[in-house]
Amino acid sequence: MMRALSWQSLVAVLLLLAALFQLPLANVPIAMTAPAVAWTTLILVYGFLLAGIGADTFMRSRLWRGIVLFLCAHLATVFLFTLISDENGLARPGFYVVLAACWLLAWRCVEILSGLQPRSRAGRIILALIIPAIFGAWILIIWEAVTRGLGIPFILLPPPSAVFTKLIFSLSVIAADVNQTIFKAVLAGYLMGCASGFVAAILADRFPFMRRGLLPIGNLVSALPMIGIAPIMVMWFGFDWQSKAAVVVIMTFFPMLVNTVAGLAVTSTMERDLMRTYAAGYWQTLFKLRLPAAGPFVFNALKINSTLALIGAIVAEFFGTPVVGMGFRISTEVGRMNVDMVWAEIAVAAIIGSLFYGGVALVERAVTFWHPSFRNGKA
Amino acid sequence: MSEARGNRIIPVLVMLIAIVAIWYAGTYFMNAPFQRDLDRRAGVTRSSGDLFIATMTQPKPTLPAPHQVATNFFENTFLRKITSNRSLIYHAGVTLSSTLLGFVIGTVLGILIAVGIVHFTSLDRSLMPWIIASQTIPILALAPMIIVVLAAVNLTGLLPKALISTYLSFFPVAVGMVKGLRSPEIINLDLMHTYHASKAQTFWKLRLPASVPFLFASMKVAIAASLVGAIVGELPTGAVAGIGSKLLAGSYYSQTIDMFAALVAGSLVAVLLVTAVDVVGAIVQRRMGARPS
Amino acid sequence: MDMQASQPSHATVSAPSVISAAGLGLTFQTNDGPVRALSDVNLTINKGEFVSFIGPSGCGKTTFLRVIADLEQPTDGTISINGMSPREARERRAYGYVFQAAALYPWRTIEKNVALPLEIMGFSDAEKRERIARTLALVNLTGFEKKFPWQLSGGMQQRASIARALSFDADLLLMDEPFGALDEIVRDHLNEQLLQLWARTEKTICFVTHSIPEAVYLSTRIVVMSPRPGRVTDVIESTLPRERPLDIRETPEFLAIAARVRDGLRAGHSYDD
Repeated sequence: MMRALSWQSLVAVLLLLAALFQLPLANVPIAMTAPAVAWTTLILVYGFLLAGIGADTFMRSRLWRGIVLFLCAHLATVFLFTLISDENGLARPGFYVVLAACWLLAWRCVEILSGLQPRSRAGRIILALIIPAIFGAWILIIWEAVTRGLGIPFILLPPPSAVFTKLIFSLSVIAADVNQTIFKAVLAGYLMGCASGFVAAILADRFPFMRRGLLPIGNLVSALPMIGIAPIMVMWFGFDWQSKAAVVVIMTFFPMLVNTVAGLAVTSTMERDLMRTYAAGYWQTLFKLRLPAAGPFVFNALKINSTLALIGAIVAEFFGTPVVGMGFRISTEVGRMNVDMVWAEIAVAAIIGSLFYGGVALVERAVTFWHPSFRNGKA
Repeated sequence: MSEARGNRIIPVLVMLIAIVAIWYAGTYFMNAPFQRDLDRRAGVTRSSGDLFIATMTQPKPTLPAPHQVATNFFENTFLRKITSNRSLIYHAGVTLSSTLLGFVIGTVLGILIAVGIVHFTSLDRSLMPWIIASQTIPILALAPMIIVVLAAVNLTGLLPKALISTYLSFFPVAVGMVKGLRSPEIINLDLMHTYHASKAQTFWKLRLPASVPFLFASMKVAIAASLVGAIVGELPTGAVAGIGSKLLAGSYYSQTIDMFAALVAGSLVAVLLVTAVDVVGAIVQRRMGARPS
Repeated sequence: MDMQASQPSHATVSAPSVISAAGLGLTFQTNDGPVRALSDVNLTINKGEFVSFIGPSGCGKTTFLRVIADLEQPTDGTISINGMSPREARERRAYGYVFQAAALYPWRTIEKNVALPLEIMGFSDAEKRERIARTLALVNLTGFEKKFPWQLSGGMQQRASIARALSFDADLLLMDEPFGALDEIVRDHLNEQLLQLWARTEKTICFVTHSIPEAVYLSTRIVVMSPRPGRVTDVIESTLPRERPLDIRETPEFLAIAARVRDGLRAGHSYDD
């Protein structure tokens, strides 16, 4: 059954036709490859794209349309990139036109997948992962195409592939940096900062005078640029990880304090009156009612702090470290204009940061499953 | 009313006094070892009272006393010409300008992203996870590189720093606005549906006004983040002005008093900015008929 | 039985039908399988009628109203409003809808809230002013134009939302438990005012409620519904006169109708107990 052509497919067809007038797509050095290879690649790229457009137009099942579009758009992209794999700056306008067609089909694919409503939990999870993954992949693809195709100076913006290569070849250096920054400074500081903020919040809650005094100050301090204390901490605690941990402690303390105090105040009078009718003491009320109710707030602070901790440790290293650490590596490699190494460190920091955050979010889900924000399956 | 205010002010004052007292005690204990060391070399013997005073007046103390910071701050704020390189107002102004530029761009960007996310399912499902992920990235680590790299293409001054502020401030706005634009209850959306209102009418008459409280709440977070971005953007070598460069210079020459004064200046800027957003928010919401609290 | 003909005020002999549903059904697909919210509803509502829908929760009375308003799409049967599909009727702004809550926009004053549909439908400024004044007077809210919703009591807020529904002069008024959240005394008062308003404006009103006295007091016809699946179990013509003071509720006639409604509700209930 023929359905209406989606606009993405329509534009893709027009782009493919336009690209035919722009051949060849890339200038391949004559000595390097036989023209026949380039022609085969071109035919493969066009074949996949046309197959994708066909699937979009003629296939019935939304699911299969999505899957076929996904495969066709991305296989075509892969083959397209083999055309400029040899050297930089060889892409001609046609290359981008065809790439735009690939992107449109990927967009159409995302649109179809977004409209799917799988019955099974597994299906929903896969979909929730694959849709943003396609988006992320296309950021990298366009980045790669622009940097390599236009021959953007390496120093300005290295292509993702170069960053990835650098990452693989410097794994041991990066591992040492991660060990120094994450496992020593961040982890120690995060645990101490969150724990002390939490304890301070309970204390402040126990003594209302302290709460009334500390809360406005805490609110104020959490808006301050606390990162500024980094050079002072380095001066006090030395170059090694202890000074970074100290920065992290200070940065994470106040968000935890303020959030926990706010969380302890969310229970309603009725809920507290119920505990009073049971003649429950302060600590019983705290553990049975108020702390569980404060759960979402505490986890909110833990999530905020997971990012703050990483930032604190890395920035503190800008002010002096032993010759290891992610912040140290970033600042020295910038000085040497080794930007690929900088991006590799950033990528690793991003992955660790996301894992850290994701881990906290998973624990949150397990502990505060009762909270309305989780009931509709929305995080 | 006045009793309620007294209830709030007295505990805060007591806590502040306690903090200052602890600070003074800390000054003594952190500076005393160095002072004793100094005295031993100079062959001076001091009484304990004398030693206490000496720890409060070191030129490069480990921890400067509150009054030292206050004096330094006062001198560098009010007694210097604003154009002077040593004036804190000058440095704060430099930081403030990139903070504000970054904040404005970030807020506009955040609102646009939120509008897109609320209106297109495919954007919601593909972009939203990345917006959250983007903030788990310690972006500040990128700051020196952004500055250096942009300097390599002759882009210096305000914009590179503002870009870092933009990155830090768009997130709270985007997330807050998505929440705000989705805050109208189903009953209100149904009402618009019964009027056969267009998407644009629903947006301008319902979603946007409903999101205003969310916008101001997230702008408060965003402007604080924006300031942090501007300060860190001033850390890499090459920056000669701004609170961040002042901090860095202080750390090079162990000018702790200067550093603390710069921190105080930064904190004051933060307080002013957050208060400004708060006040504008309160005025706008009062105009929109919010119940006075 | 046929009270319609004996009413002197609406002397149309064969009143044209405003709403007619035939074999109407609606099935929701939920995670726990399909739910029959409405099943085989056959109903004709004529111009100028005041029809109440009564029944326990889940009987589909609100769903039926939402189908009329094109807020839900039926899965079986047909329904027409003034001879049009619900969608066309909505696009022509054929009805005003009053929700369970007042749903006033907190950032708009009362007059601005009443102006909302007028702005959307593109009325001129002069006409807007005239209509706001007229409809606010109709619900006795003159003098409260510049107030914000939170400055009004719950009953006044609901009256403002009725003014909002009346402002663009649709002939059909759909009311979904509009007084459900109000206390008894306010409710009596508003019921009385609603009847006067109906008499003055000659609108057709569909009124969802779960209160038997309210339904009997207000309606010319009472549709009794029951759940699982949501369906109509009885349609009762009211024998009460159009002029109804509040103390009509103590008359034997009133109590007889109320008893019949109660019987109908009970019959529906015994079904699944």
